[in-house]
Amino acid sequence: MASDSMVERENRSASPAQGGTLARAAGIGVLLLGVMGAFFYLGGWFSPHELTQARFVDGFEKANGLHPGFRRNHAKGVCVTGFFESNGKGTRISKAALFLPGRIPVIGRFSLGTGDPNQADGPFVARGLGIDYQMADGEEWRTTMINLPVFPFKDPHAFYDNMMASAPDPVTHQPDPAKQAAFMASHPEALHAIEVFKSHEPSSGFDNTTFYGLTAFIFTNDQGNATPVRWILVPEQPYVTTSAAGTPAADKNYLFQGVIAGILQHPLKWHLILTLAQPGDTIDNSTAQWPADREQVDVGTLTLNGVEAEADSDTRVVNFDPLVLPAGISPSHDPLLSARSGVYSESFTRRAGEKATPSAITPADIRK
Amino acid sequence: MTSEQKAFSGSVRFFHWLAAAIVLTMLCIGVSMIASLADYHLLISIHRPLGILLLIIVAVRLVNRLLRGGPELPITMSPQEKFMARASEVLLYVLLFAIPLVGWGMLSAARFPITMFGSVHLFPILPHSPMLYAILRKTHTYLAYLLFFAFIAHFGAVLFHSVILRDGLFKRMAPWRTSPRANS
Repeated sequence: MASDSMVERENRSASPAQGGTLARAAGIGVLLLGVMGAFFYLGGWFSPHELTQARFVDGFEKANGLHPGFRRNHAKGVCVTGFFESNGKGTRISKAALFLPGRIPVIGRFSLGTGDPNQADGPFVARGLGIDYQMADGEEWRTTMINLPVFPFKDPHAFYDNMMASAPDPVTHQPDPAKQAAFMASHPEALHAIEVFKSHEPSSGFDNTTFYGLTAFIFTNDQGNATPVRWILVPEQPYVTTSAAGTPAADKNYLFQGVIAGILQHPLKWHLILTLAQPGDTIDNSTAQWPADREQVDVGTLTLNGVEAEADSDTRVVNFDPLVLPAGISPSHDPLLSARSGVYSESFTRRAGEKATPSAITPADIRK
Repeated sequence: MTSEQKAFSGSVRFFHWLAAAIVLTMLCIGVSMIASLADYHLLISIHRPLGILLLIIVAVRLVNRLLRGGPELPITMSPQEKFMARASEVLLYVLLFAIPLVGWGMLSAARFPITMFGSVHLFPILPHSPMLYAILRKTHTYLAYLLFFAFIAHFGAVLFHSVILRDGLFKRMAPWRTSPRANS
């Protein structure tokens, strides 16, 4: 920048050159517009077709309808409380405080994996379990699991495209089979995951369901060694098939009624099992299974001994963001993780500002 | 005229440019992270602790500014213009405090862990309330856009004074020393 000079002083005392001033004013205008343009470009305002958090949640609302106050996915649920008893075997894998021997409280939520809060329970509807492990220093590990052994979608676009392909046609109110078939044809990993899911008859209820974390995270121990890990919750309650249990098909809440009755009788338990990857295993793709011989470590027992309807529970409004992590656990580069964290945040912001409508499972269901 | 334009003291100018750099960074991170699935986690992991760092810097900056004072505005500015200049300075300080506090508050109301880095996290400053979270979350965005436009107005005004009026206003805050410092 020019410092004070004779030339500058002469210019100021002379009559202003109108053209020069206009040019400078125009230059300022261009510069300011450029800065604003760059800002709005960064915000995606010039990319209307890019899949963003807001457009993703709009997609959920288009596919499932708008249900004020509810999560845009896993909308139907019931809240649980309990504790995790760590046996200390996890400390060699991760320095996270919850793996130290001892007991910490948990809150959680069983859910169905759809965006319709009034979805009827059924054996082949995906089941979800969210668990928030609450450590003494205020750290939390928020985990989300479903009963599919392998995930159908390798990235957020695949999830979104499937959701749109399965959305009800505005005229027929049914999904278009041609669109669904076209999606499956171009996404063989989705077809594979669904085949794996359907090859094993689902268990009779939430209580004897194995829940899968599916996506790899990086566990780091005190020595700084990092291991990619996938985890599962294996139930102590014995596996019984739906058909063997003779579940009444007419009860549209039979899965939730079953787990409520179970918890009210006695605590339900699962073992938290970590599966450790080997070098060369696919870390960043939840549709890729690891070989069956990978080392598994039982790091503790999850006990659920309390159940509450959403109307009575603060857990209804907990956002089970998979990237709420303690020190010692960090995300892999699986593209599902950052996307889920962002989309969950958008869904949470919307539902938190809406007046909640009653959940399918009510406090009266807990008192039965 | 302009050779008499005194500058703010060195510390005031240092804090101005430090805050300016962080504010522009935060605005860019904030506007882009909410429209990016892939980069959301990385950007928000920077956004939260940098926001708190900015809050601390702005607090120290304000104390320093009040202690050190500053030079008079150019005599070529009318009383109305001087009022606008001071009012916009106040507005910018208000926004620089309000936005990170609203961010801290909204996560508190959501009972969402306010992670800085590693296991370091902040305590909640508001009671648990989803509706309060929703209101504050939207407020955070509105205030951020207001800050961006206040920055554009501030930048535009500085350019106007420097390039068109050429009244030496920029020398008050220039990061390099061009004129005698104002004594506080």
